[in-house]
Amino acid sequence: MARFTPHTEDDVREMLEAIGVETLDDLFSDVSPKFEGELNLPPALSEYEALSDVNRLASKNVAGLPMFLGAGAYDRITPSSIGAIISRGEFLTSYTPYQPEISQGTLQTIFEFQSVISELTGLEISNASVYDGASAVAEAALMTARQTKREPKVAVSPGLNPRYREVIETYRVDIVELSYNDGTTDFSEVPDDVSGVFVQSPNYYGIVEDVEAAAEAAHRVGALCVAVCDPISLAVLEGPGNLGADVAVGEAQPLGMPLLFGGPYAGYMATRQEFVRQLPGRICGETVDTEGKLAYVLTLRAREQDIRRARANSNICTNQALTALVATVYSSLMGPEGLREVAELSISKAHYLAERLQEAGFRLRYPDAPFLWEFAVELPDVSRANQALLENGMVGGLDLGDGAMLVAVTEKRTREELDAFVEVVSNAG
Amino acid sequence: MLGNLIRDKGREGRRGYTLPRPDVKSVSLEKVLPKGALRKEKPKLAEVDEPTVVRHYTNLSRQNWGIDTNFYPLGSCTMKHNPRANEAAANTPGFAGLHPLQSESQAQGALQVMHELQGFLSEVSGFPAVSLQPLAGAQGELTSILMVKKFFEDAGDDARTTVLVPSTAHGTNPATATMAGFGSKEIGLDEHGCVDVEELREMVDETTAALMITNPNTCGVYERNMVEIAEVLHEAGAFLYMDGANMNANLGRMRPADKGVDVMHFNLHKTFSTPHGGGGPGSGAIACSEALAPFRPDPVAEKSGDGYAFVRPDKSIGRVAGFHGNFGQVLRAWNYIKMHGPELRDVTDMAVLNANYIRARLRGTYRIPYDELCKHEVVVQPPKGKKALDVAKGLIDHGYHPPTIYFPLVVKEAMLIEPTETESKETLDDFIGTMLELAESTSEELEEAPVSAPTRRLDEARAARKLKARW
Ligand SMILES: Cc1ncc(COP(=O)(O)O)c(C=O)c1O
Repeated sequence: MARFTPHTEDDVREMLEAIGVETLDDLFSDVSPKFEGELNLPPALSEYEALSDVNRLASKNVAGLPMFLGAGAYDRITPSSIGAIISRGEFLTSYTPYQPEISQGTLQTIFEFQSVISELTGLEISNASVYDGASAVAEAALMTARQTKREPKVAVSPGLNPRYREVIETYRVDIVELSYNDGTTDFSEVPDDVSGVFVQSPNYYGIVEDVEAAAEAAHRVGALCVAVCDPISLAVLEGPGNLGADVAVGEAQPLGMPLLFGGPYAGYMATRQEFVRQLPGRICGETVDTEGKLAYVLTLRAREQDIRRARANSNICTNQALTALVATVYSSLMGPEGLREVAELSISKAHYLAERLQEAGFRLRYPDAPFLWEFAVELPDVSRANQALLENGMVGGLDLGDGAMLVAVTEKRTREELDAFVEVVSNAG
Repeated sequence: MLGNLIRDKGREGRRGYTLPRPDVKSVSLEKVLPKGALRKEKPKLAEVDEPTVVRHYTNLSRQNWGIDTNFYPLGSCTMKHNPRANEAAANTPGFAGLHPLQSESQAQGALQVMHELQGFLSEVSGFPAVSLQPLAGAQGELTSILMVKKFFEDAGDDARTTVLVPSTAHGTNPATATMAGFGSKEIGLDEHGCVDVEELREMVDETTAALMITNPNTCGVYERNMVEIAEVLHEAGAFLYMDGANMNANLGRMRPADKGVDVMHFNLHKTFSTPHGGGGPGSGAIACSEALAPFRPDPVAEKSGDGYAFVRPDKSIGRVAGFHGNFGQVLRAWNYIKMHGPELRDVTDMAVLNANYIRARLRGTYRIPYDELCKHEVVVQPPKGKKALDVAKGLIDHGYHPPTIYFPLVVKEAMLIEPTETESKETLDDFIGTMLELAESTSEELEEAPVSAPTRRLDEARAARKLKARW
């Protein structure tokens, strides 16, 4: 019998009798022809054996070294309380809160998540999460088309994360590329038939962009402005809603989620109140019960697939509730000052590293552009530098393929590690 | 009054976490960033200490029910026990600390897990090709239908504009067809609640791209004409897609590829018990035929020499996720399957046994619109004059999470009960006893329920009318 089924032989016999059939095979008499024989899978392992395999394979990965890779996923400090809270079975083993009377825990944490996202982005309404940063960007592209009643076509900067751009295209949205000078985007020539203008800040190369200019350009042609922001950056940068953006989206992974080879992370999505009906996904709102007690419930449900079916504004159903809870707990522990400190530590360390690299004779790809904690540095041979870093116990930055390395520095990196990075890269030539 | 949100429990200046001391010179933001870009007011986040945070969220969790606390027969969702070994696997530092853009040579363990899970899902479904990238069931649907779309584009066939969807289908199916740029048409049912093959013959033509079938369907009934349905579609040059949310009924008993299905999605969070987490994260891996394999999302893990490498399928639709899918869920599902092996068939057998047992014992009191063998779930209707909503709320007062109600839409007052294989006969007997008891309660009594939950029934209309979605 399988690992987690409680049935004894007597149970099975009694239950078959109650059903009125003789054998388990009889329960599949309608499946014809049925699959005969045994599934060709490795024999069942005990928990101990299975986890030994997990550890064996884990040891084939290079993990736990000082990390200089970013490009959309960041190696940040994760407080221990988060793991304890999300391991609570009541959070871990529940599902979508369709029965609000016994799901107030999940519902209130969604409400708090929405509040955090609204506060950071400066926008009125956030949803309960979408899958990841990339799908949030793609959903936003579709949303701009619905709201403007235009064909889905968006203007993006080369500073938009190329993976986000690919997902926009997979979601069947046309793309117009804007021009890019010295690290920032030129928004002066946006075509007048686009539904949205996308600005990522900090952009893929770590540089702070002019969200206001993007918003003005979008509004000039009757399009929506979508800002793509790292939530940690919003501790120090103005919320995009306050700079004119109509939608803000992004990857919530930096808010306490482990790297875990790319997921699960969580996408966030926020907009102005007037566009709420075009916002995809779940929204939790406040209400009262029959005795007047404050409580939370999923609301504005008529946008969603289970009610609206073919006319729903997205097909999204399951989202990222548990990782959204990670983000919520993380921001509660950090608070506005802690978040700011995470950002400032990262910025100071990144600028320290950039200066040391320049002193050592390397050139930044965009030396005059304002950056936060990620920057592109030109090296004679990026892959040789990365190899040398690995040999010295570090994971180097992303090879941009054009003679530059995209380097990310978080609050986790120590001065010693930064100095070692410069030394190894210098010696690698 | 002191509110109950985390922010209400704080005070300016309190901190819940300490960061390492700066070890480099602090940079002045005003110096390195444009003035207009800097934040003027700090965000109004909670300012709380760690003990308060832990107590706040622990107490919130106690207002929630999960599989760990209660029987949770939520139809179509497969709320089976979540083994903690899967959590241990996902928390292993060698995986948790792995960056998705590390080179393939630095991530061989992770690639091997992906490659092996692709193989396991191939074996279970009968298909030669798999992609683990879609991030939930609905995105697996979208991926599948986009692959169909790209197939026709590649073949220069621009007449394929329609996707057929049975009236029992989950809402994500028609919504997916729209997102993928198709029109959808609804197809009716025969007397067993299955796709009406005669109607299908009439509807299928050269504009049909695919039919989206769910098997067993959302009434818990096996679509016994699937082979014929596949033939009708294939004759017209169209594809058969299967929504695999209900694969818990098929493991080791039915392989979709053997029935003529061309492409399907799995819900790893359902069938392979990566936890549901209060509404995700999930994973919506897809499997497909040779003909559709070149269109899979980029990348897939393949064997390369002694190791593993990422490969872009040559006619790929592109990426659907930022990185390689919800790898944590992939790892959990892989671990779950390793702990079962061929015994996955017992999982299905016990799931189907449990559902049929409930069907047999509720018969006579509850109406059973399709009272024949069911698979892993059964749809019932309360006795005449009673509402599914009231019975559901009554169950809460007896300690049961209600079944899915008012779905599928084709059954009035539907209660879709999915017990899963991890529940014992005693649990089912107690639940059945309560269901029978509630059938005897007066409607007035039921309308009051729940009285013992953290809240009474909510004013849902007010939430929409006076929208307040943040502090
Ligand atoms: C039959 C069916 N299809 C598709 C889905 C969508 O899956 P997900 O919620 O993971 O997107 C669900 C579940 O929610 C389902 O029950």
